[in-house]
Amino acid sequence: MSASHSFLKDLDYSVVQQCMHCGLCLPTCPTYTATHLERNSPRGRISLVRAIADGRLDVARPFGEEMYFCLGCLACMSACPAGVNYADIFEHARAEAEASGVLKSPKRNFIRWLTVKWLFMDLRRLRLLARMIRLYQWLGLQTLLRSSGVLRLLPERLRGLEAMTPTIPPKFSAELIAPVTPAIGPKRYRVAMLVGCAQDIIFSEINRDTVEVLARNGCEVVTPPNQCCCGSLHAHNGEWALAQKLARQTIDQFPPSEFDAIISNAGGCGSHLKHYAKLLADDPAYIERAHQWDAKLKDVHEWLIQIGIRPVPADHAPPQVVTYHESCHLSHGQKITAQPRQLLQAIPNLTLVELPESNWCCGSAGIYNITQPEMANKLLERKMRNIKSTGAVIVANGNSGCLLQLINGARLHNVPVRVTHPVTLLAEAYRRADQKKGSVL
Amino acid sequence: MSSLENLLGKLRQAVGTDQVLTALEDLIPYSFDGTAALRQMPGCVVFAQTTDQVAAVLKLANETKTPVVTRGTGTGLSGGSLPIPDSIVLCTAKMDRVLEVDQKNLTLLAEAGTTTQAVADAAGAVNLFYPPDPGSMKISTIGGNVAENSGGLRGLKYGVTRNYVMGMEAVLPQGEVMWLGNKCVKDVAGFSLKDLFVGSEGTLGVITRVLLKLIPKPAAKRTMLATYNRMDQAAETISAIIAAQIIPCTLEFLDRTTIGCVEDYVHIGLPLDCEALLLMETDGHPAVVAEEAERMVKICREHGCREVRIAKDEDEANQLASARRTAFSALARVGPTTILEDATVPRSELAPMIRFIQSVAVNYKLRIGTFGHMGDGNLHPTFLTDERNHAEMERVEKAMKEIFSEALRLGGTITGEHGVGVAKKRFLPQALGETSIRVMRELRRALDPNGILNPGKMFD
Ligand SMILES: Cc1cc2nc3c(=O)[nH]c(=O)nc-3n(C[C@H](O)[C@H](O)[C@H](O)COP(=O)(O)OP(=O)(O)OC[C@H]3O[C@@H](n4cnc5c(N)ncnc54)[C@H](O)[C@@H]3O)c2cc1C
Ligand code: SF4
Ligand code: SF4
Repeated sequence: MSASHSFLKDLDYSVVQQCMHCGLCLPTCPTYTATHLERNSPRGRISLVRAIADGRLDVARPFGEEMYFCLGCLACMSACPAGVNYADIFEHARAEAEASGVLKSPKRNFIRWLTVKWLFMDLRRLRLLARMIRLYQWLGLQTLLRSSGVLRLLPERLRGLEAMTPTIPPKFSAELIAPVTPAIGPKRYRVAMLVGCAQDIIFSEINRDTVEVLARNGCEVVTPPNQCCCGSLHAHNGEWALAQKLARQTIDQFPPSEFDAIISNAGGCGSHLKHYAKLLADDPAYIERAHQWDAKLKDVHEWLIQIGIRPVPADHAPPQVVTYHESCHLSHGQKITAQPRQLLQAIPNLTLVELPESNWCCGSAGIYNITQPEMANKLLERKMRNIKSTGAVIVANGNSGCLLQLINGARLHNVPVRVTHPVTLLAEAYRRADQKKGSVL
Repeated sequence: MSSLENLLGKLRQAVGTDQVLTALEDLIPYSFDGTAALRQMPGCVVFAQTTDQVAAVLKLANETKTPVVTRGTGTGLSGGSLPIPDSIVLCTAKMDRVLEVDQKNLTLLAEAGTTTQAVADAAGAVNLFYPPDPGSMKISTIGGNVAENSGGLRGLKYGVTRNYVMGMEAVLPQGEVMWLGNKCVKDVAGFSLKDLFVGSEGTLGVITRVLLKLIPKPAAKRTMLATYNRMDQAAETISAIIAAQIIPCTLEFLDRTTIGCVEDYVHIGLPLDCEALLLMETDGHPAVVAEEAERMVKICREHGCREVRIAKDEDEANQLASARRTAFSALARVGPTTILEDATVPRSELAPMIRFIQSVAVNYKLRIGTFGHMGDGNLHPTFLTDERNHAEMERVEKAMKEIFSEALRLGGTITGEHGVGVAKKRFLPQALGETSIRVMRELRRALDPNGILNPGKMFD
């Protein structure tokens, strides 16, 4: 890597210096807790970054690997008394690892090119792939292959991936949601709703439910088809230039001045989406809009609690016992912890049971479960054990990556729970109430 | 280095290949502890998982005269586990089992690397109580607590770590293992060597197991918060509470700078123009607690407090306590480098000492926030600075020196709970006098003739 551009040397030194190495983040860090090695802790990783910035350490493979062993779950940020911005350090460090090429290998290069640089740069490609998988599942090929044992011939890593392929629902978001959904009752706000990339395809029904709940709460919802990826995947994987490109495209598609709020229903995306101004700090053409964007970007739970949820009439639905798993980027990244619980508690006949270690990472962490299956599986097992201990029949969660991971976990560990988004539970409650009244919507 | 190279093979045999770290990326994260602005690379890091392994490592080090720096989780604030060049950092973090909770004798036996929190939780699980609660307890090790004789917020009523150590297993540099103390409340057989090891900062031996005293959990607790226009009023309140024969479990104090930082950070509506804030807690039998709380509120009013709030329930208690709990965080956010000191004076000298610190801050143009344990005289003047600003760091150094001298002049000490390590080493002779230092030096040489344990720490 040329000395002329080092992401870590560019990083404001006071960000790393802010760490006073007190160690209070260690017990909350899943990787440190698993290994008891300082290198695998936030404090240790920051010390490596600082050593590189100081010129005491060269960027080499072990550093790159360490930054990819980190989950990016940001639990350390919630624990840190000194307010260290680990998210910033983490993204710069991964960018440095990518730019220096220390992790390059033909296989990794291909996978990264395929996913980060190709599939997720133009979501039409992703949708096409999803259609193919859907076909594979519809034709019964998946069931056939799974039961035939042919899959056992695949290398272990690929077999693991096959097992994780989500079930693709019959319709994507654009087929379920109109470009503009009018408010139900008096219009109070005009909002845009980001359908997400994976969310759009795998959890299109959650997107539909989100739009419905927003509309029922007086929002006119703008949801244009063919939205692009927000770039969170790229920023977390060291591809800054691509992340910037996608941020500009997203702002172009949703001029912030036209909306009262821009809504995201995926914690991981929201956490990135709220920091466009930082990403585009050096772009005079966008910076002003980026600031406006950041201010208007709201997680759906945050927004609904802010505007006040229209009460759901009591119904006679059977009582539901629900537990809530916090997405890392919703709780640690965006500090949104109370609102999803308040939203759930607004649902009649719903009992919320606290999940032990509810804000402990489930191992999904973006594409971590694909890149670091061993650590991811340990975390998933721990999460499923905790879920089981609550006796809940439903796990609610506000991030698509976690939802997928939990669905897989429930199957793998035989925990009979339904995994869904809090907003879907709210939408169902509204619908039940309507049915009782005999009206539709 | 060559002696270390030769040693590495034997160390790997003793503890397992993957328990010896030598790569730069592995060592850099062990090149510091919790102390600001100190850094030194070790030769290697070794994890021991059993007492026998500790003994084997020490023996090898002793034969080759290789320095050993024992490390718990490196939260120390005086550089105690800061590596020495080419040393072995012997880390206990993987020896972390609670071995026994004895409900008949009210004791707990744990390996040295167990976190303080795990000890407190294991006691709490059977409705018992381990009172020492250093601010680092979620991650600090019990071995580190014993080696530093750590305190916490409950010192006045419940004492410090020393008051709970009934025994320990320790390994000497030659690899001999010894048991000190036992489960008896009374024991006068021989010197109390366990007490020598409490606060020994890794210079006499490596502690591998600790036997701790537990007490019954207090049934009730009441939390109060009072604000004052003048420091003297707060100090007088404390004296009056104690004169009234009330021993609260918490008597914590924040000065004006700290109050400002806390309010900036958590917005709980603290008045920014008051000089002092007191957080008070009393615990014990519910009836006694209620009566004591009432008397404390009355004393606060009699001594001119501006406002006193008494928490109605646990939620409010937590809210009030958050003013004190977040003090350190709130200060740490302000500047890039935070230096937390622990000058301590007799309780009666608190007001003059706090005023002195404030005048030092003005004279040296420094930002110093002071908070601390009013009940036991342990103050935490906290310097908010930037280690890259050399001119300012020089002023910090001078200011610290004045603060320590003043603490000694008032009959206090240079460190109430963080230990000497390297950070306070140069102030120790002034604090103790030549004779004490000589006796300690001879004791140390008797136990560690080759001088391999944490050499250069505490005193030469
Ligand atoms: C945020 C924060 C808050 C703190 N609050 C408090 C507080 O309220 N009260 C207080 O007293 N301290 C406090 N401390 C200081 C520190 O946490 C304590 O000194 C603690 O006991 C150190 O434990 P450790 O496991 O981190 O030990 P380390 O820092 O690793 O080691 C400390 C010393 O003990 C020696 N040592 C460690 N383990 C052993 C062993 N098994 N055998 C022999 N020697 C050993 C080391 O050689 C070293 O000299 C605080 C620190 C931080 C960062
Ligand atoms: S982001 Fe998560 S895994 Fe990474 S250092 Fe922080 S707590 Fe540990
Ligand atoms: S808690 Fe914050 S300041 Fe302390 S070691 Fe971790 S990152 Fe550094």
